[in-house]
Amino acid sequence: MEPIKTLHSRTAVLPATNIDTDQIIPARFLTTTTREGLGRNLFADWRYDAQGTPRPDFVLNRPEAQGCRVLVAGRNLGCGSSREHAPWALLDYGFRAVISTEIADIFRSNSLKNGLLPVVVDESTNRWLIEHPGAEVTIDLDSAMLTLPTGARVQFPIEAFSRYCLLNGIDELGFLLGRMGEIEAYERRV
Amino acid sequence: MPRAPQTMFEKVWDRHLVTAETADTPAVLYVDLHLIHEVTSPQAFAVLRERGLPVRRTDLTLATMDHSTPTRTEQVFGGAPISIDSAAKQVRELETNCAAFGVELLGLRSAQRGIVHIIGPESGITQPGKTIVCGDSHTSTHGAVGALAFGIGTTEVGHVLATQCLLQRQARTFSINVSGRLRAGVTAKDLILAIIGKIGVGGGTGHVIEYRGETIRALDMDERMTVCNMSIEAGARAGMIAPDETTYAYLSGRQRAPKGADWEHALERWKQLPSDAGARFDKEIDIDATTLEPMITYGTNPGMVIPISGAIPVKKGDVVFEKALAYMGLEAGAAIKDQLVNVVFLGSCTNARLSDLRSAANLLRGHKVAKGVQMLVVPGSQQVKKEAEAEGLHTVFIEAGAEWRESGCSMCLGMNGDLVPKGQYSVSTSNRNFEGRQGVGARTLLASPLTAAACAVRGRVTDPRELMNG
Ligand code: SF4
Repeated sequence: MEPIKTLHSRTAVLPATNIDTDQIIPARFLTTTTREGLGRNLFADWRYDAQGTPRPDFVLNRPEAQGCRVLVAGRNLGCGSSREHAPWALLDYGFRAVISTEIADIFRSNSLKNGLLPVVVDESTNRWLIEHPGAEVTIDLDSAMLTLPTGARVQFPIEAFSRYCLLNGIDELGFLLGRMGEIEAYERRV
Repeated sequence: MPRAPQTMFEKVWDRHLVTAETADTPAVLYVDLHLIHEVTSPQAFAVLRERGLPVRRTDLTLATMDHSTPTRTEQVFGGAPISIDSAAKQVRELETNCAAFGVELLGLRSAQRGIVHIIGPESGITQPGKTIVCGDSHTSTHGAVGALAFGIGTTEVGHVLATQCLLQRQARTFSINVSGRLRAGVTAKDLILAIIGKIGVGGGTGHVIEYRGETIRALDMDERMTVCNMSIEAGARAGMIAPDETTYAYLSGRQRAPKGADWEHALERWKQLPSDAGARFDKEIDIDATTLEPMITYGTNPGMVIPISGAIPVKKGDVVFEKALAYMGLEAGAAIKDQLVNVVFLGSCTNARLSDLRSAANLLRGHKVAKGVQMLVVPGSQQVKKEAEAEGLHTVFIEAGAEWRESGCSMCLGMNGDLVPKGQYSVSTSNRNFEGRQGVGARTLLASPLTAAACAVRGRVTDPRELMNG
């Protein structure tokens, strides 16, 4: 995995709360056996009409959303299914970070493991971001700091080990394999 | 010094620590049972291949196929091909991976196949005190026997295949204490829907729920599984219920449950599991079961739920709420009763066990599915199907005009082509009413098997108590 240090981007905004992983990537696209190519169907049922034509009013179809690497959403983003296809689809589309006041557990964990930064902020920061789509923000992983174009700096929580892995491009499986001695000792103990 | 009182979750957690968590690193948690299915495993096996790693403990790994499998008998047992090419490929890939890595697979034609969360408890491999994971969020179901069971992503599926362990931070604890008797016609499904309505779809985030109290103790195992199943719908990764005599009676004699002296030893261990008196939970709420009614959802997440005699709330100016109602084609302030129903789905890991089919069949007996309504009955496993047929339940469904299928996830998420047509109303015993969950533009109303059967008979949203005999 590529190390991540800082991210500078305009935001795309989806104000809906409780955006579930069935919206992020509908089940009919889960029959894939690879990780690639899911970005095309990200938010498919919001993004395209029945004929597969992009709906002009959907955020990601607007010209100003092109190239945005940060997605801002309402409370409880990523609830529902454990499908890792959700962060895969967001990453494949081009997003590198998601911001919300609350991010569902499994989605957050899946995102961290794939290099999609889950950034949890307070209500008023999120409200500001929702009201200012396209804002230029900076996310610095080392200091766990989100900087708004107003200059406001907002600290966000991130699990220490995940941050370490993301900053250094370390994969967690390697870490676990390095614990084989302890794992074998546990198996002998029980 | 005596040990501080512990919750059941803390006991199971502590007993599975390979290494404890520190400020810098999460705990390494050992996994006793890893369940696998076709949708969330291919990319994990690919990682093993890339790195030249074996499956570390094939004896603790069990695979089945359920999400993208067909439910039409001719496609399962006859020569008819699976209609969706990519689904067929996924099924073949699981077969190839299990064969290559030596993992036991309950394959398409196995008599033990079924929805992964139904066959775990049914076979007796789901046991109290175990840590159980699966690349599926409804793994919480297995917590009904007092296991710590939760869904993981595909990267983590790879971690468990390779090391039998996961990196985890310890969750917080949440006690939901339920007291009083459920009234006739009010089921475990109604209880869990009411709980989600109360705490919200994010109410359990970061927590493991323990369901406690006399109402929970009085539930049978199938009902307890329905409750734990939907923990994830409140945002909690796991739900647990302390094992008791009901649990032991259920597990005793099952194919993969311990036998003889092993059973006695297991029983001794299991009896230590319930939360100690005085154990502290991070969060606690009380629920009075006596006032509950049959519940039904009206919106696009399981927290948008009301008693069946109730009216859809009015939330002027709440755009998200109004968007949900627009999707559903329902009006704020309107009664849900008598709403038109086009499709009824009796199935899923929430409500497709034998007792679910029985309760729906009892209500349907002597009635017909209303004209114009499609009712699909999909047993949770091949064993449930067999047992239901032995009791003649299938004849009740077929004579009423419902379709009787082979087991699988089916219309719960529509991956296999069992879909609700656009714009139609589906009363479903499954767990998610998200937009498009049962098909593009499908409008899902979640309810109990009893309510679903009553809705099938009338072709309208109906309180099952109006049709219950005696
Ligand atoms: S029945 Fe539905 S919720 Fe359960 S495992 Fe299958 S798809 Fe998931």
